[in-house]
Amino acid sequence: MSTAIDYLLHLADNAVVLGQRDAEWCGHGPILEEDLALANVSLDLIGQARLLYQRAATLMGGDATEDKLAYFRDAADFRNYTLLELPHHGPLVGYAASDRDYATTIVRNFLYSALMVHLWDALTRSSDSELAAIAAKSVKEATYHLHHSRDWLVRFGDGTDESHARAQAAVDHLMPYTEEFWASSPAETAAAEAGVGVDVRTLRAGWDALVNDAFAEATLTRPACRGYVTQGKLGLHSEHLSFLLGEMQSLARAHPNGCW
Amino acid sequence: MSDAQASVRERILAALDALTDPEIPVVTLRELGILRDVRTTPDGLEVVITPTYSGCPAMGQIEDDVKATLAALGIEARVVTQLSPAWTTDWMSDAAKEKLRAYGIAPPHVRPAPEVGIVRFMKRPATAAVACPKCGSTHTVVSSQFGSTACKALYKCLDCQEPFDYFKPY
Repeated sequence: MSTAIDYLLHLADNAVVLGQRDAEWCGHGPILEEDLALANVSLDLIGQARLLYQRAATLMGGDATEDKLAYFRDAADFRNYTLLELPHHGPLVGYAASDRDYATTIVRNFLYSALMVHLWDALTRSSDSELAAIAAKSVKEATYHLHHSRDWLVRFGDGTDESHARAQAAVDHLMPYTEEFWASSPAETAAAEAGVGVDVRTLRAGWDALVNDAFAEATLTRPACRGYVTQGKLGLHSEHLSFLLGEMQSLARAHPNGCW
Repeated sequence: MSDAQASVRERILAALDALTDPEIPVVTLRELGILRDVRTTPDGLEVVITPTYSGCPAMGQIEDDVKATLAALGIEARVVTQLSPAWTTDWMSDAAKEKLRAYGIAPPHVRPAPEVGIVRFMKRPATAAVACPKCGSTHTVVSSQFGSTACKALYKCLDCQEPFDYFKPY
């Protein structure tokens, strides 16, 4: 039972953290259509997270609820990929601040949705029938997210010198974080063995094909990725997750059990 | 099912048929495929609804509307949310599609059969042009794949120049 719970929390944390990040563009989008698009993508992700947290809470029993799982766990309890918690800009030093960079947002959404279309598709065959049902819905939504981010990736990469440079910088910055997709965590391995989850290695060829195809059309160069592999899904996060959760959880923690 | 149960079920269905989507008030929940079933179980009557998009904010309102309708009838029944089979726009009736068009929303096309294998997600499937709900022209372009609600995309007609919503296939 805890195998399924751990795995569901990994999937749910991914969705809620990227959903929260993408929601930061609400009211600040570069153009109106993209403001709406990012809000819609965010809504889908948070909806997926809710279904996954509800399933986990049901399996946990007792007084577990989706809200407790989303709002009353701390950063070290979250099992999302580090990629998804990063701010919408490149690496900074010290106290440097930066505006949000839309290329970073688009590249991240592309890299994640290119994984999730394959993962959700495989999870429609999960031995957990409720997770399979959530996957059958989510794969439809992830496909729209993939098309949206891929369109902009090509437009940026194959656009002006400035948009190409920013898209390439975002790719160079974010690509190393995708190595975490392929380093199976104990929770993922146990879930795959139980038939609840998927062996992540089986998804890599499909992801590579999508990424290479899009980068070629976008005239972007795929960087070599070696070195440190992030471990957000083991609970070892960057400094950014606590700030993200601080904002996301503050209202629920100020008014526990509040409702309207 | 006894005759009495069947008649209660008919009363519920008749009452729920008055309920429309909160965001698109010209089509009913049954026409959209959100209202899946009214069934008798050993624990009593159940009204089965299924969510559209995972994050659709209208689902809470829809559940409240169903409960209020049942309460007004004075009938005890539980509202059950069922995810599988996943909702699809292919369930929408032709009559519902015509109502959408008359309301100014281009109705969803039938989903193309998915590609098999690794190419499945590589390229967007080729689809027929979306016809403008105002003038019928298929000389239209997509402005954005995401519109005013989760289920719609933004289009523009190049003949009559009207912007319009397209209910996306799901």
